[in-house]
Amino acid sequence: MIRKIMTADEAVADINDGASVMVGGFLGTGSPEILMDALVRKGCKNLTIICNDGGLPAKDGRTARGVSKLLEAGMVGHLIASHVGMTPIVGQLMNEGKLKCTLVPQGTLAERIRAEGAGLGGVLTPTGVGTMIAEGKEVLHLNGKDYLLEMPLGADFALCRASDCDDFGNFRCNLATKNFNGVMALAAKTVIIASERIVKKGVNHPDDFIVPGIFVDRIVGGEQPWLI
Amino acid sequence: MADLKARIAARTAKELKDGDVVNLGIGLPTMVANFIPDDVHIVIHSENGFTGLSHEVKEGDEHPDVVNSGGCFVRHTPEANFFDTAMSFSIIRGGHVDATVLGAMQVDEKGNLANWIIPGKMVAGMGGAMDLVVGAKKVIISMLHTQKGKHKLLKECTLPLTAVKCVDMIITEMGVMEITDEGMVLKELHPDFTLDEIQAATGCQLIISPDLKPMEEE
Repeated sequence: MIRKIMTADEAVADINDGASVMVGGFLGTGSPEILMDALVRKGCKNLTIICNDGGLPAKDGRTARGVSKLLEAGMVGHLIASHVGMTPIVGQLMNEGKLKCTLVPQGTLAERIRAEGAGLGGVLTPTGVGTMIAEGKEVLHLNGKDYLLEMPLGADFALCRASDCDDFGNFRCNLATKNFNGVMALAAKTVIIASERIVKKGVNHPDDFIVPGIFVDRIVGGEQPWLI
Repeated sequence: MADLKARIAARTAKELKDGDVVNLGIGLPTMVANFIPDDVHIVIHSENGFTGLSHEVKEGDEHPDVVNSGGCFVRHTPEANFFDTAMSFSIIRGGHVDATVLGAMQVDEKGNLANWIIPGKMVAGMGGAMDLVVGAKKVIISMLHTQKGKHKLLKECTLPLTAVKCVDMIITEMGVMEITDEGMVLKELHPDFTLDEIQAATGCQLIISPDLKPMEEE
């Protein structure tokens, strides 16, 4: 079986109003920009976006990065993220009543997504005990320590960025572009990767790829390195 | 002001030991890396996904795939290793980070920390801070002693907490404090200030250590 290689526009064509979408990346580094651009071209409303942060706004003649593109296009109804301090549009849209934002500690966000993909019923973490984050959550006292019960987090789609992949979908992410791209590929019903390079399966050594291609439904080529 | 921050960063650097894995927050804590002596080798953990962060980056030498947790282009050291967020926070929560250095809005005498949200004002998010202060073996708060004269060291935090009883040590331009079961203990006082001055700038009772030392200027 060969995973379907298609254009970015084809890959996002069935992401419709109200869909939940995970997007890899950390302040844009490791975000699949060509999929963000294609989603903006398609246009849809009221998306639930799950991402580490709000991306980076357009600045000094450069385009916005990551999910900032979706926020600026008014496509997001609910953002689930760990940090939005570098994305002023998030506060602005929240004040206008156009955006709901749920803040989740970064490590908890990663583990909730991992739990969904790994078939676990939840995560017990000491992070957030005794803070606002614990409100409404169950606290378990185990071996002398308090833990919050955090629930798994999945989505309809995961949009991930690869540096290299093969045409089966096995992929790897260069250096600090890994972040959420690996865990998200296990936690969504439909997984789309945008890769800088695609090779035929069997050309590379299996050890060259870290994330198994069995999670990947659609492959898009042409992702570009960010020009500094 | 820059000198005061350099003073705080230099004193903080002395807390880091050879072989330590250290996570430095954005801003003043990042400056700590500039004051590590040559014979002390620390490994800097960057929570976006690697160990072996180097801030030495020449213009034109940046790599588009290597940023720090503030999104700035940085370099990595020869021993660097890159990983995903789940691994990065396993390192943090699992107790594999020896020390983290962060700033704060408020710290109280019990070691409670508030540094992530001002309700109704600032929407930033906690990022990795909540995990870091819970997981790191030693939590050092390095910051100016007051916010333009307003107390930041308090009897009890009034802002929403980042974590409960997590702070071990506070380093400011005025002195070095440690959190103990008894309260906030002043261990070192900078020669520019008197005991009355540092107490006046502090919102909780400072316990003066019996072996109070001068905070070394470097």
